[in-house]
Amino acid sequence: MKILVAVKRVIDYNVQIRVKEDGTGIVTENVKMSTNPPDDNAIEEAVKIKEAGKATEVVAISVGEEKAQETVRKALAVGADRGILVKAEGTVEPLAVSKILQKIVEKEKPDLVFMGKQAIDDDCNQTGQMLAALLNWPQATFASKIDVKEKSLEVTREVDEGLETIEVNVPAIVTCDLRLNEPRYASLPNIMKAKKKPIEQINASDLGIDTKPRIDQIKVEEPPKRKAGIKVASVEELVQKLKNEAKVI
Amino acid sequence: MSVLLIAEHNNKEVKPFTLNAISAAAQVNEDVHVLVLGSNSDAVAKSISECPMVKRVIHINNELYENYLAENYTSAIVKLSGDYSHIICSANTFGKNLMPRIAALLDVSQVSDITKVISEDTFIRPIYAGNAFATVKSNDKIKCVTIRPTSFDPAPSSGGSAEIQNGEAGDATKLSKFIKKEEIKSDRPELGTARVVVSGGRGMQSGENFKLITAVADKLNAAIGASRAAVDAGYITNDHQVGQTGKVVVPDLYIAVGISGAIQHLAGMKESKVIVAINKDGEAPIFSVADYGLEADLFEALPKFLDELNKLNTIQK
Repeated sequence: MKILVAVKRVIDYNVQIRVKEDGTGIVTENVKMSTNPPDDNAIEEAVKIKEAGKATEVVAISVGEEKAQETVRKALAVGADRGILVKAEGTVEPLAVSKILQKIVEKEKPDLVFMGKQAIDDDCNQTGQMLAALLNWPQATFASKIDVKEKSLEVTREVDEGLETIEVNVPAIVTCDLRLNEPRYASLPNIMKAKKKPIEQINASDLGIDTKPRIDQIKVEEPPKRKAGIKVASVEELVQKLKNEAKVI
Repeated sequence: MSVLLIAEHNNKEVKPFTLNAISAAAQVNEDVHVLVLGSNSDAVAKSISECPMVKRVIHINNELYENYLAENYTSAIVKLSGDYSHIICSANTFGKNLMPRIAALLDVSQVSDITKVISEDTFIRPIYAGNAFATVKSNDKIKCVTIRPTSFDPAPSSGGSAEIQNGEAGDATKLSKFIKKEEIKSDRPELGTARVVVSGGRGMQSGENFKLITAVADKLNAAIGASRAAVDAGYITNDHQVGQTGKVVVPDLYIAVGISGAIQHLAGMKESKVIVAINKDGEAPIFSVADYGLEADLFEALPKFLDELNKLNTIQK
């Protein structure tokens, strides 16, 4: 079995982002970038499945600018066998990413495609489901547990009401929740080894995919600031304020 | 053209966020048609037909839809899509799972999780965990939009009598199969719609200690929330998680106990009307969004808080 894992380069989750003064977007210059957190879970799961002898190859792919190569390299350092970078400039919407991934899937013929359930930059939560639709494959979204069976997966999904279990035939798309596993850190020897692993570079335009955004971003603004609150000295004062000032209890 | 709204239900009852989605849909275009895909789901169709904002209910009653699978839903929805300018549903796990599958088949770039309707093609949506808001304009012929339920008031649910039209089922998927749903039953208000939410974080130190939260929540008729750290540590189940990848809540009162306030958690609660933070670390980021901050050991503060609440003559329910 072969697993393709899609990873995205995003602003690190610990960074307090800033909106550009002209309202055209978010400041990304000189900001720490990392792998989208649930994409780390996706890589981890694929590597674990390979280590368990149930997969033969893990291929990491990213779509984006040249620097997204670092994100692919990181996936190689935690156990992916080889990488693919599809180069595209500017904003690439989930629909375009899923079309690119569709082309790669048709070429690579993986049995499973894993990725994070949501990117923490645009918060769209679309790509996996879109790719599943384009390929007419089943989708197991928000996965917190994956059991690999003969020709299917049994997947536990985190849903609003609790947990849901579904079975999907292989080939399938799985989008991963942060609770799926505990991503490992890359060891220094593995980081060195990853430098020798191949990363194939392809231009999105060579795949015949138009990545021009369909959605116009008119402006980006900061959220309204909450007015500063106060510290209360005691539980009694807190209850009194909630009762008489805020009038919420 | 009309708006097609996809109802979320359990074949017996309409899920409350469907009403929020109906009111968002009505802001886009008043001609709101609601699609009910269900099995033995007449009660659901009837109940939605009583919403005055709904102009038509399309009811597809087929055993295919006994359990919700995006693959099955998508086929039926795509077949109907030609008559509509917009397809809308809630941006909860139901709609997040479903809408992109529809959008991709229609070759539409979806607009996720909108908090405001500016016009029929322009919307506001949060990005970066709500640390920025983007105004976006969709240029696709059909607009596929998910709405953040807590940003729209629920539509009135009685007084209307929309026509109920039966529709044809879509294709049955052979790709996936529902096995089971472990639904956590509770007599408490639902987290997404509760007037008061009391949440615990890593500072609770154990699942056992959540009984301190439960006691306060009982007194205030509150829902119980949690940070991701508390869920990851196994103190409480995932359906309680508030935050960027959990639930978004906007109660009148949010009480954060032992929660430091990572931006991912703030994303799920900072629109609450009144925020209380109880934390022994006076520098914790949660205090930056709290209207009332109490720097204290929660194991002393929570029992005392309950005592003080017990002294009050009346408590709002």
